[in-house]
Amino acid sequence: MADASILPAAISGMFGLLSPNPPGWGGNLLRGLFHSLQIALGSFGIGLIIGTLGAYGKLYGGPIVRDIAAIYTTMVRAIPELVLILLLYYAGTDLINRLFEALGYSRVDISGLVAGIVVLGFVQGAYATEVLRGAIKSIPQGEIEAARAYGMSPSLMMRRITLPAMLPHALPGLANLWLIATKDTSLLAVVGFAELTLETRQAAGATKAYFLFYMAAGALYLFITLFSNAIIGRVEIWARRGMPSVKEAH
Amino acid sequence: MTAMEAATVSTDPLQRATGEQAEAIHIEKLHKRFGALEVLKGVSLTARDGDVVAMIGGSGSGKSTFLRCINFLENPTSGIIRINGEDVKMVSDGHGGLHPANRRQIERIRSRLGMVFQNFNLWQHMTLIQNVIEVPVHVLGMKRDEAMVIGEQLLERVGLSAKRDVYPAYLSGGQQQRGAIARALAIQPRVMLFDEPTSALDPELVGEVLRVIGDLAEEGRTMLLVTHEMKFAREVASHVIYLHNGIIEEEGPPEALFGSPKSERLKQFIRTVS
Repeated sequence: MADASILPAAISGMFGLLSPNPPGWGGNLLRGLFHSLQIALGSFGIGLIIGTLGAYGKLYGGPIVRDIAAIYTTMVRAIPELVLILLLYYAGTDLINRLFEALGYSRVDISGLVAGIVVLGFVQGAYATEVLRGAIKSIPQGEIEAARAYGMSPSLMMRRITLPAMLPHALPGLANLWLIATKDTSLLAVVGFAELTLETRQAAGATKAYFLFYMAAGALYLFITLFSNAIIGRVEIWARRGMPSVKEAH
Repeated sequence: MTAMEAATVSTDPLQRATGEQAEAIHIEKLHKRFGALEVLKGVSLTARDGDVVAMIGGSGSGKSTFLRCINFLENPTSGIIRINGEDVKMVSDGHGGLHPANRRQIERIRSRLGMVFQNFNLWQHMTLIQNVIEVPVHVLGMKRDEAMVIGEQLLERVGLSAKRDVYPAYLSGGQQQRGAIARALAIQPRVMLFDEPTSALDPELVGEVLRVIGDLAEEGRTMLLVTHEMKFAREVASHVIYLHNGIIEEEGPPEALFGSPKSERLKQFIRTVS
């Protein structure tokens, strides 16, 4: 009888720890999750912009632009992300503050959120450059030629032809990058940003319920991935609208 | 000189003052070099409104390159290009070639030349009707509703009304090419440029595309047609140019060119292709 009374107590204690209201730590975890998603979305977006510019630079730029793009992608992809984050976060904020002081402004506190988005976006941009470059190269040359032959300006051609035509080729790579972005947010724990991993560590440390909290964090990361996959699947069907499926082709 | 000849192609300045149709395309001494290889060695051509100029020649004769230089898909090495009476301004590209000096000018000129490619080159992420209205709406600034009405008429004309919402990948080559012709017509082109429009088609699909092109010729559209279809060129062209190794070996009205070719090379060419 004693056993039976302990088990429900343990379970209710467990859920008590995960409760969104204090003294439960669930609220902290959800807040961490929210911050992680914000950073992932922001950095993925910045990565797409840098990646598009980088891909165009590598494909169509002059020698100097091509060299800069090559140095950028090589460096970022060569250095471990953790090192890059430490480097860019500390050195970057220090650099900006020195610049501000030199210009006669007072030092500023750079928000962890903004710094995290910029730093991870910079890393994402390098990988996105390569994904998008490959995708643009896989567009049939004739479609680009037709756009030129009909008097499209470069910007119109990019918007109406190149980007939509390369999207189906880019999506698998971009989907990978998005999933990596959601998980790379955890690296920001090392610079003290309260994303999901750091919140989890604090909750686990305070309650000693390591297994419970890390499993809960794992489940939340898994949930992000499953939800993302569902969305990506729909986007992919839309992007491939003009392409017969592999099954139909055989 | 017969009326037929006067209405067709000539670079002879004496013929210009005889109250003929306006010049749509005028090209003078066009040269094109790919590295050490000179593909065009001074080709000249004038096409007036209503002319159907067919360019024939063996592979490597430079006929496709010539057509592609007209709208600057290839940059010529030297020469004068005048479209709709407007000289295309060109500057040196620093590698011994020329490229358009003014991007806006060349974009404006291109948007009035309806190019039809060997491989159709329809935009695969757009349905047929979207392909047809794309340039009128986004380049020429036509209202979408208006472009739709015109686009649907054009698709009907090439016999593809039922396929308006189908993506190109689901169409046969002949259907794609007819769709590409509708796309070219949608810009109300001053001149249609056909770059071997039937060369990539299965033999049984060639006829349907030639019929559409033949109809266009009949209604008096100005066109330049690079083709391997000798019989067709003879039927629709008002002027035929035989290009060999980057120069015009012989040119004239189709009956003369095919009926009594003068140069030995053309005689041989006609024998081998027919």
